[in-house]
Amino acid sequence: MEEDDLIACHECDTLFHKRALPSRSSAKCTRCGATLYQSVSSNLDKLCSITLAALITFLIAQAFPIVELETNGITSQTTLIGAIVALWGENMEVIATMVFCATILFPLIELMAMLYLLVPLRAGFIPAGFSQVLRAIQFVRPWGMIEVFMLGILVTLVKMVSIARVIPEAALFAFGALTLLFAVILTFDPRALWDIAERVGGHGPLRYTPFGGLRSGPVSAYSTEPQSATPSDLLHPYAPPRGTQRGSPEGTPPDAAAPGNKP
Amino acid sequence: MTDTPETPGAPEAVEGANGADTPEPVFTTAKEAGLIACHACNRVQKRVFTVERQLCVRCGSPLHRRNPDAVARTWALLLSAAILYIPANLYPVLHTSSIVGSEDDTIMSGVAMFWNDGDYPLSAIIFIASILVPMLKLGTLAFLTWATQSGSKWRPRQRTTLYRIVEKIGRWSMLDVFVVTLTVALVRFGSLAVITPGPGALAFGCVVVLTMLASMQFDPRLMWDHIEPSGKKHD
Repeated sequence: MEEDDLIACHECDTLFHKRALPSRSSAKCTRCGATLYQSVSSNLDKLCSITLAALITFLIAQAFPIVELETNGITSQTTLIGAIVALWGENMEVIATMVFCATILFPLIELMAMLYLLVPLRAGFIPAGFSQVLRAIQFVRPWGMIEVFMLGILVTLVKMVSIARVIPEAALFAFGALTLLFAVILTFDPRALWDIAERVGGHGPLRYTPFGGLRSGPVSAYSTEPQSATPSDLLHPYAPPRGTQRGSPEGTPPDAAAPGNKP
Repeated sequence: MTDTPETPGAPEAVEGANGADTPEPVFTTAKEAGLIACHACNRVQKRVFTVERQLCVRCGSPLHRRNPDAVARTWALLLSAAILYIPANLYPVLHTSSIVGSEDDTIMSGVAMFWNDGDYPLSAIIFIASILVPMLKLGTLAFLTWATQSGSKWRPRQRTTLYRIVEKIGRWSMLDVFVVTLTVALVRFGSLAVITPGPGALAFGCVVVLTMLASMQFDPRLMWDHIEPSGKKHD
């Protein structure tokens, strides 16, 4: 199975051989410039703790009021869920649903699903329904909009300053912290969890089975020891096998050298 | 014979030989190699022609060489977004009723109001997020889809970058919807002042979601299908 070490650029479909990357680096497609994959460390502690912190901050942000307005002795305050209920009451059910999904439901699903995958992987086993949960993360990720909502809070505050006294409440700061935590979580590509899962299992490539979840593939097809990772050796374009030797570290395609090798 | 390595079986060899002393890398796409990549887990695998619906061997998600009907679906979503964009801008997003009278605000009148009040940064943020980004997004996606459909070979690398930008900034248009949500919930001072959402907010929210769906349906790999797999820099 020689496809095991291949990766196809998701923006231009070009094939490359995968190589181990030095830490904190990413592989870019040399044809279109898209990021192919990032280096992943097997140490999930940091990501795990940040996700847990984000979940706690998320609960605080939802439970407490965001801001309080005060004008002529009348005060008015709202939580996020209160704002959504108010919108629903104004016959804006569609918008209320959109806001609910973008700021409560999808971020919550993402955090819970990340924890569901990360904690068992850290402990050394692959949780049930791994691929379904991972796909759920990828589905909800573009629709979670905590950072946009944070900017929305700030714009509203500046707007309100001219008409009333604005008193910041707990959830305002919680949303600020949550934005930063989400920024860290979003730099992690969930697809990397596949590589981590294969490393955790230690048996090589995983295979999907319709009812039984995942099982390990043939061991021989997969070399577990990391390959040499000098920067010039990171990527070279894939060329279909044609009975010639593999490309040199500079990425010379085997086909270019083919005519010289002929007797 | 040795001078002409051109054999039907090795078209890439000719490409590589053209590269003089520094041979250009020849790119092979997964489609040409008879492989198929999973969009969910990146696993590359052999294309199976015997089954109707091939599933990824690793994660079990359905595989497509290209997003199915990418161009048609992008056009459909873009058109609906463009149509809804008209009421989004003409109808009021906020209706203010207070003791000094009532007033309707569209997106543009809100921007103008903050600009006249001297609140330039706020006005600029709302203008960029609610007017500039959706318009650029509609225009850019329409251009990309049209260029893909007509098989253009023009600057694929730049077009891919353009697509990447559109995908990144689209979500920020939701800003206005969130501002409306918070404003409606906060300004409820009984007889003094009450703000209610207008139909413009609904149309605008739908525009944002539809353009986001459109950019997800579009497949940048279709642009590269028209480009020869030579290693030349596509600038």
